[in-house]
Amino acid sequence: MYIGEPENPLVPGNTAESEGHQILSGLFTGLVTYGPKTELTWDGVAESMESSDSINWTVKLKDGWTFQDGTPVDAESFVDAWNYTAYSPNGYTNSGFFSNIVGYGDLQAPLGADGKPTGDPAAKEMSGLKVVDPQTFTVELTGPFAQFPITTGYTAFFPLPKAFFADPVAYGKKPIGNGPLQAETEMVPGQGITLARYDDYKGTNKAHADTVEMRVYTDVNTAYLDVQNGSLDIVDTIPPDAITTAPDEFGDRYQEFPSSSFTYMGIPLYQPRFQDKRVRQALSEAIDREAITKAIFNGTREPATDAIAPVVDGYREDACKYCTLDVEDANKKLDEAGFDRSQPIELWFNAGAGHDAWVEAVGNQFKKNLGVDFVLKGDLQFDQYLPLSEEKGFTGPFRLGWSMDYPSPQNYLEPLHSTKAFPPAGSNRAFYSSPEFEDLVKQGNEASSNEDAIKAYQQADDVLLEDMPIIPMFFGLTQTVNSERITHVNVDAFTTVDLAAVEVVNP
Amino acid sequence: MGRYIARRLLLTIPVLLGASFLIFAMVYALPGDPIRALAGDRPMSPAVIAELRDRFNLDDPLLVQYGKYLAGVFRGDFGTDFRMRPVLDTIAQRMPVTIRLTVVAIVFETVLGILVGVIAGIKKQSWFDSLTLVMTALIISVPILVLGFLAQYVFGLRLGLFPISGIDRGWYSYLLPGFVLGAGSLAYIARLTRTSLVENLGADFVRTARAKGLRPRVVYTRHTLRNSLIPVVTYIGADIGSLMGGAIVTESVFNLPGIGRAVFQSVQQQEGAVVVGIVTLFVFVYIFFNLVVDILYAVLDPRIRYE
Repeated sequence: MYIGEPENPLVPGNTAESEGHQILSGLFTGLVTYGPKTELTWDGVAESMESSDSINWTVKLKDGWTFQDGTPVDAESFVDAWNYTAYSPNGYTNSGFFSNIVGYGDLQAPLGADGKPTGDPAAKEMSGLKVVDPQTFTVELTGPFAQFPITTGYTAFFPLPKAFFADPVAYGKKPIGNGPLQAETEMVPGQGITLARYDDYKGTNKAHADTVEMRVYTDVNTAYLDVQNGSLDIVDTIPPDAITTAPDEFGDRYQEFPSSSFTYMGIPLYQPRFQDKRVRQALSEAIDREAITKAIFNGTREPATDAIAPVVDGYREDACKYCTLDVEDANKKLDEAGFDRSQPIELWFNAGAGHDAWVEAVGNQFKKNLGVDFVLKGDLQFDQYLPLSEEKGFTGPFRLGWSMDYPSPQNYLEPLHSTKAFPPAGSNRAFYSSPEFEDLVKQGNEASSNEDAIKAYQQADDVLLEDMPIIPMFFGLTQTVNSERITHVNVDAFTTVDLAAVEVVNP
Repeated sequence: MGRYIARRLLLTIPVLLGASFLIFAMVYALPGDPIRALAGDRPMSPAVIAELRDRFNLDDPLLVQYGKYLAGVFRGDFGTDFRMRPVLDTIAQRMPVTIRLTVVAIVFETVLGILVGVIAGIKKQSWFDSLTLVMTALIISVPILVLGFLAQYVFGLRLGLFPISGIDRGWYSYLLPGFVLGAGSLAYIARLTRTSLVENLGADFVRTARAKGLRPRVVYTRHTLRNSLIPVVTYIGADIGSLMGGAIVTESVFNLPGIGRAVFQSVQQQEGAVVVGIVTLFVFVYIFFNLVVDILYAVLDPRIRYE
């Protein structure tokens, strides 16, 4: 199947992007797994995860799971992997996922005044992680978090076998996992990797195909030609030019799946001009999302009417009162707030990532519906754009996106809008701070049942959508096409193709 | 001749140093923070960021960074990318692909280009000559990207003659991308050969040779073609360098895992060590083939001597 170039090496603790994640998803199975509706399923390695106070968790593992080199998947293989990933001198990008485990701070190197590490961290192991016996370990969190089990299905939490610690570099080329597929070849940068079925896999999601070849492409147009030609089986990104013809050309072999991706316009609350929430509500009401998804995206995205994506349990259609076009109300609100219409609104987005057209469309709607001119500010690359947001450098609404790490409404709220998620620690780039919102999220985190948690998160969501530090824009959809040789192509909300499920019908 | 070559080779050292420093400075000047880009929009632990910046000397001033890089090079350590892959491994793994692609392109453009140019030159103002002029003008004006997609669509998808992408079928996989990569230069070579040949055919010594009653074949091959090829050889020598540039596009379009694609990605990710390593290699290749061309002059034209 088609993939983009992953950022090698293939180690879960150091893989933060979708291409590497796609490969690792076949090689590994985590403590928990997610079902077709991203609900939590216990088809992973964990037998149970229990806690009486949502702080101290006891994780029990199932018997008989092995890595693909025959060694057992035991408590140590999780604890060692997490410690290694969290330990800052290893420089692993997913380190931050363990920051709510007690003792995480001791694994971070002390930094001098010049921002350089001044020595080794105080410890190599988090004190909050303890191996009880080969099948059991305990986790102590820094605060109550009832959603903890849901988070452990994420890549960063995968276990690692002894072989990894012996030679991490060699391991990264040909990882040994515990998933339905094993690496048959080394990963060759620019070319890809071939995976084969792991016959001793203990999980329920056994692989159907004998081998799966992951082929790296730099240009999706080329991959699309190859699938038209039949020399490639799966493409999960359709080139924009082909999107209107693909359904006719491929028929049943063209499919569409909802994804967790969420595009929004953040509002710089630090700018006096946007401090009145009526202004933010008005801007949101002036946007015709339906028209933009049709005209610019050919229907490949969905208008957003909530700040939580539809793929997550807890999503509500029309949770957002101000996310549908209402020109009259928008103008009324702007007048009430005394908004200065003579100054143009500056719209920020990062360059070279295909955002130009839709941001311009938003600007045009402000002009048409509110009589406010706009200026496009789209010259910065993403790695300049983010630092600017941290320095409170945006002068108007700015484009951002989010894809979830684990299927919980919490993942759309706390990392994006809480006070402790102010940059650089988190992604609250609007610098939104609301005690009421924080309190409700905390209630959700501490709730003993999932229903209660969702109820609290939805209330927090309501507060957010009333204050509107962000304007929800679109939810993502993933389109795939496949060759006649295969069936059962399924893409989950993480935009990951379920490699184990793919069946070969016409070899 | 031996001393001349040795002197030229010694001269490459300061050129390579200067080139590598310039490239290093350009990557250094790129805005943005490459470490931040590693994790996308997810927050990274400040200690991890500091660790990575320290590991790749990103906080040092330009000259210190370059000094550290150069010190490594003299120890035989060409550095690693941000994922700890040695740059030399990347080059060793990807270079053969680009070399094959370039060889196909060179052979194709040289053989066909000279052949077409010679025929057009000899049959001046025939229908073949006019067709050559029109076709070459057309090819030169079409960007390589467009030519690539067109070739993929026609010869790959519609006719099914060549694979659309990849290197699974050995040398056969390189034919179509090689043709696309060489097409522009082919057109130049054909025109250059034709013009040069036409010019020489009108020269006095050719008239003398004809008057002596030599057979036309001998006149063309011995008296005309040999000196008509001097500008063509110069062009081909310089072209090997620019083909490497064209390979960046061709390798992308045909999905060949070559060095061109690696350098493109490395620039995007601000992988200083990789960009400098590869581009310096390009510079060396360029210098080397210019030397080969200069030596070839002496072979083609006995009047040229190097001491």
